[in-house]
Amino acid sequence: MGMAGSLTHDILKGPPPPPVEHGWGGGDGSEHRGSSRRASFTGLLVLIAATTMVFAALTSAFVVRRGMSDDWTSLPKPPVLFVNTAVLLLSSIVLDISRRALKAGNRSQFNFWWTLATALGIAFLVGQAYAWEQLKVAGFFVATNPASSFFYVLTAAHAFHLLGGVSALVYVDVQALRLRLGPAKRTAIDVTAIFWHFLDGLWVYLMVLLYVWG
Amino acid sequence: MSSPAHAAHQAPQGFIRKYVFSMDHKVIGIQYYFLGLFSVFVGMTLSLLMRFHMVNPTLAVPWFAKIWPTAAAGGIMTPELYLSLMTMHGTIMVFFVLTTVPQSGFGNYFLPIQIGAEDMAFPVLNMLSFWTTFLALGIMIAAFFVEGGAPLSGWTAYPPLSAAGRITGPGEGMGQNLWILSIAVFCGASLMGAINFIATLVDLRCKGMTLMRMPLTCWTWLVTAILGLLGFAVLLAAGVLLLLDRTVGTSFFLPAGLMINDKIITTHRGGSPLLWQHLFWFFGHPEVYIAILPGMGVTSQLLSTFSRKPIFGYKAMVYAILSIGFLGFLVWGHHMFMSGMNPYSAMAFATLTMCIGVPSAIKTFNWIGTLWNGKIHFTTAMLFALGFVSLFVTGGVSGIFLGQPALDLYFHDTYFVVGHFHMIMGVAAIFGMFAGTFYWFPKMFGRMMNETLGKIHFYCTFVGVYAIFTPMHFLGMVGNPRRYADFTNVEYLAGVIPIHSFMTWAAYFTAGAQILFVINLFWSMKKGPTAPENPWNSTTLEWSVPSPPPFDNFAGEHPVVNHGPYEYSVPGAPNDFIMQTDPPEVHSHS
Repeated sequence: MGMAGSLTHDILKGPPPPPVEHGWGGGDGSEHRGSSRRASFTGLLVLIAATTMVFAALTSAFVVRRGMSDDWTSLPKPPVLFVNTAVLLLSSIVLDISRRALKAGNRSQFNFWWTLATALGIAFLVGQAYAWEQLKVAGFFVATNPASSFFYVLTAAHAFHLLGGVSALVYVDVQALRLRLGPAKRTAIDVTAIFWHFLDGLWVYLMVLLYVWG
Repeated sequence: MSSPAHAAHQAPQGFIRKYVFSMDHKVIGIQYYFLGLFSVFVGMTLSLLMRFHMVNPTLAVPWFAKIWPTAAAGGIMTPELYLSLMTMHGTIMVFFVLTTVPQSGFGNYFLPIQIGAEDMAFPVLNMLSFWTTFLALGIMIAAFFVEGGAPLSGWTAYPPLSAAGRITGPGEGMGQNLWILSIAVFCGASLMGAINFIATLVDLRCKGMTLMRMPLTCWTWLVTAILGLLGFAVLLAAGVLLLLDRTVGTSFFLPAGLMINDKIITTHRGGSPLLWQHLFWFFGHPEVYIAILPGMGVTSQLLSTFSRKPIFGYKAMVYAILSIGFLGFLVWGHHMFMSGMNPYSAMAFATLTMCIGVPSAIKTFNWIGTLWNGKIHFTTAMLFALGFVSLFVTGGVSGIFLGQPALDLYFHDTYFVVGHFHMIMGVAAIFGMFAGTFYWFPKMFGRMMNETLGKIHFYCTFVGVYAIFTPMHFLGMVGNPRRYADFTNVEYLAGVIPIHSFMTWAAYFTAGAQILFVINLFWSMKKGPTAPENPWNSTTLEWSVPSPPPFDNFAGEHPVVNHGPYEYSVPGAPNDFIMQTDPPEVHSHS
């Protein structure tokens, strides 16, 4: 797709000349009722923007709450978090191995790697639950002190989003194993993978935040 | 290419799939509209009860005692009941009327048609977002019926009042929890809506529908969706923290040493009520534009159509919409001048606030420029659009006063603010909705509304709202505080009680006038004369299809756009309007 019809082009250069044969609008003449592949990516970007805002708001609350008070005591973080981080990073890598396999036309490879990535995603959630359990045993609850409050809120908010991501992974996996990966499902694969990488990056960010200031 | 896809997408036949759990953007738009209509009457009833109490604070009303056996024992409202009415009035009006109807109602119905699409990008998500909004409304209404009743902390839910729990008053128990839950659910619904609006507008525009050929309504719906997306995400995060303070005992917003109702609170420490204010207003200020921007879009569309002139400065209008949206995120602090913020920050927020005056003035200037020398058709829709401009200016001018920290310190907790935000955010946006209703009703329901009844309704409402809200500015200057349930025995306010009476009578009158609207709406749906395809000789795509449009809007055709949205009275053209879909050889401005 050329520049014409894009937001920046239209704003800077004004409307292009009247179209003769090709559409200048954003859509393909909207020939399909419902979602097109491009709309799915736009929707994904919007979702990522909203998720970013949720965590930006929580981060600003974190920074303000920590800076304004004298009752912040650093939380001893369970070391299993590093294992979880590794598992999540690995799941992203495996997911992309899987997409490459599909691109190369190797469906059984795709199924294997995708299933593995899904399992790693679920393993991350189990690991997070284990981390909470350890904190509980050590006597740190949600309301114990502001550091523990934010730890639970941030990790739970992330886990909540990850739960959505895992559902999407499972959905694609089921479709793949039932040999129902038509072209329309390719969009689902790409959208799911990108969202998963985003959640992965978000977790790395949260690790830095929690370890540096938490 | 189109025929198999078209055949696969026949309209659903069953009642449930067609009208209840519909995925058709048009049906969903109408569902949102009626959800808003229900909500506006709930909200209006609450305001009438408040106005009644204000001027009859000691009058025992037996049926009050029947509705609220404890909160209005003996038929006299307690101040707490008054506060709960105020909270619910504000909340229902802001979220379920001002946010819902202009964007989700009209936007859902007309955005896809105006850009030549068959539907929203994600129809299932669209259906989900309506029913999620419905659920949110149900939870909100349920707050009336739980023990202690509805919450007291206003639509802004400031802690400590909103965070410390039942001890702060009735309604601050389960009522406040339901309030937060409802708002959180509403945030989810808004996010789903924003995804759909943005993806549809970016990716489903038809051939020839460049961004700079979009009707201004589409621009406002786009920017509103972006504001909602960024704002509601922050409100959601803040709401979760508030709920944790209330239920789990965290201290995000509650400081140590609070004394509430003669009891010292020992369970919380270290939190900051100001943190809530920052998070809330980061959402809350863009929310003002969420309410008003679609009204601006409708007004632009109507002023151009009914002046039979192109909109004055189309591009300037687009840039103004974009800059209002952008600046809207930088001025939240002007709601917090009273909070003891650093005067330097106050100055920065004040300066940025004044900056918003620039794009707002550009819009007003261009509206007047559009009217200048036009052949103005005073239809009811046009009258409401003109009313919008009037109210926008009136409400905007008082905003310039409130944007000054020095003046705001005096005005902030007075009726001046109530007058200001009702004019600009409340009534102006409502006028935008009325304008949209009279303009688009023929397309939505295939029948015309009654113009005579519509005009009577307009004049009564226009005079009525000015009569209600103009005196509030004077009350504010006198120092009449807001949020108080009763001013009897306040010596310095004795002189303004007659003004309060006048406002209350004006409110009764204005509310009564709305019956005319309801009659017109429902009567016209059944009995109005059949609407032609393009009753107003408008140019945009929705007027190129039957009234009401078929299931997939264009009956399997793919519209091609060759013209800008407002080509009226083009010299040399056979008609005084050129449809966007007219062939390119028709003489055009460019």
